[in-house]
Amino acid sequence: MTVLVEASGLRKTFGPIVAVNGISLTVRKGEVLGFLGPNGAGKSTTMKMITGFLEPDAGTSVICGHSVENAPKLAKSKLGYLPEGAPAYGEMTAEAFLSFIAEIRGYSGAERAARIATAVDKAGLKGVMGQRVETLSKGYKRRVGIAQSILHDPPVLIMDEPTDGLDPNQKHHVRNLIRDMASDKAIIVSTHILEEVEAVCTRAVVINKGRIVADGTAEDLMRRVPYHGAVSIRVPDAKVDAAKAALGTIAGVAGVEVIAQASGSTQLRALPKSGAPIAADVAARLREKSIATDELFVERGKLDDVFRQITTGETLTHA
Amino acid sequence: MHEALTNIWIIAKREFAAYFATPLAGVFLTIFIALTGAFAFYIGDFFERGQADLFPFFAYHPWLYLILVPAVAMRLWAEERKNGTIELLMTLPVSPAEAILGKFAAAWAFVGLALVLTFPMWITVNVLGDPDNGVILTSYVGSFLMAGAFLAIGSFISALTKNQVIAFILAATICFLFVMSGLELVQNALRAWAPEFVSSAVSAMSFLSHFEQISRGVVSLQSIVFFLSLIAFALFANVIAVDQKKAA
Repeated sequence: MTVLVEASGLRKTFGPIVAVNGISLTVRKGEVLGFLGPNGAGKSTTMKMITGFLEPDAGTSVICGHSVENAPKLAKSKLGYLPEGAPAYGEMTAEAFLSFIAEIRGYSGAERAARIATAVDKAGLKGVMGQRVETLSKGYKRRVGIAQSILHDPPVLIMDEPTDGLDPNQKHHVRNLIRDMASDKAIIVSTHILEEVEAVCTRAVVINKGRIVADGTAEDLMRRVPYHGAVSIRVPDAKVDAAKAALGTIAGVAGVEVIAQASGSTQLRALPKSGAPIAADVAARLREKSIATDELFVERGKLDDVFRQITTGETLTHA
Repeated sequence: MHEALTNIWIIAKREFAAYFATPLAGVFLTIFIALTGAFAFYIGDFFERGQADLFPFFAYHPWLYLILVPAVAMRLWAEERKNGTIELLMTLPVSPAEAILGKFAAAWAFVGLALVLTFPMWITVNVLGDPDNGVILTSYVGSFLMAGAFLAIGSFISALTKNQVIAFILAATICFLFVMSGLELVQNALRAWAPEFVSSAVSAMSFLSHFEQISRGVVSLQSIVFFLSLIAFALFANVIAVDQKKAA
């Protein structure tokens, strides 16, 4: 797959503060990279350097083969960027604003109209085109920003918190939009909403204190949680010991622990060895021993937990 | 080259329209026309002088520009930074120099429009007498050039801050120094301690003396070069300021 974004060794300091400390990234066509990190981790600063808004103190950014530093116009022409908060000229109507963007992007006449129409259709802006951007609701304002960033159908799309502050319907719409565009673009989406990573991203990069601390698929990240893939069952109190004994002898099970006890039934968790699936074995063994279970499900690591673990070093508690 | 001009034009168009999207344009144009007229008639003794020229009209332009032009320039970059649109603008395929020239051109055209709208003064003086229209034309050109110099300084200052009020006050103060530098008041203060070449250098920077020459009908290359090079220098500083301060 073609590499469309290549950032290497990006570093940026603001006075004594090191905001970004040696971040390197490659994003290929078809990839949607989720860029995660706590507030202040350096997500926005990194994106600003990749897009050429900020000059890095060290390191380079290359977009579609064009160096952002040496050929900024070429690089920027291949790039669609939605800055944080989707800034737009408030006194302009959505129509005039998009028209301005289209002109700057080099479109005129019928092509300009067609480009705007497509972007408006994708971003769902119909009906508000005649309104001033400053009078639009937050959701629509964001859509104006999104329309602006995809107007020239760029091979590289970088969005800084595209769904921040949107209602669930709007989030859903934006995520669908990103997914639909994913196949022929390299997309970087920064967020601190972890469900978003599972929903749209093919890969997640976690940064903390200006450095990359994890890089992998959402599944890779979740495997870091000890009880990812564990099987949780609920049995009557009387059967707890029997169940423990039965499950403890399964080859793939590392251990059994009691999670909670309430109103005559107990919840148990069987932890897998090395992440191998154990659900089928657990179910079969319980049936074999005639232990009735009220509930049986496979636990998935929560990205929230991984995130907390990676970015704060906090040990995981079994919630 | 062609691409650069196209970009400057597109940005200038947007910026010019932005003035008219808010009440700013109407307020500015009204006040500008009212004040230029009021100064000419009441303070400049336009009628009492009994001369058919526009000297009393143009004589007060430097002082009016001191307040009005920084008001036009203050939003150019401070507003972009405040609203975050600078991040959008600077990640479009546009160079900082193109953006600065486009914005400056729009502001200059706006002030030019205000000047053009003072044409009733010109009509009045032509109805009342037989003025030297050549002098009037050069005065208009001189006034326009001077406004450009004020604006370029204002645009540069505007890039240094997110706060439009600060941009306004700083720009007005710096322009005030440029206007005042030729006056005896300043010159005497300087001559007391500085060597001769310093006071004459400061005096040579005076907007007032350059503009006065032009408005007397003396179009010296020196004055035109002065205003144009001041504009060029301020805009160059503007490019550096935008580069340095855009993210702060």
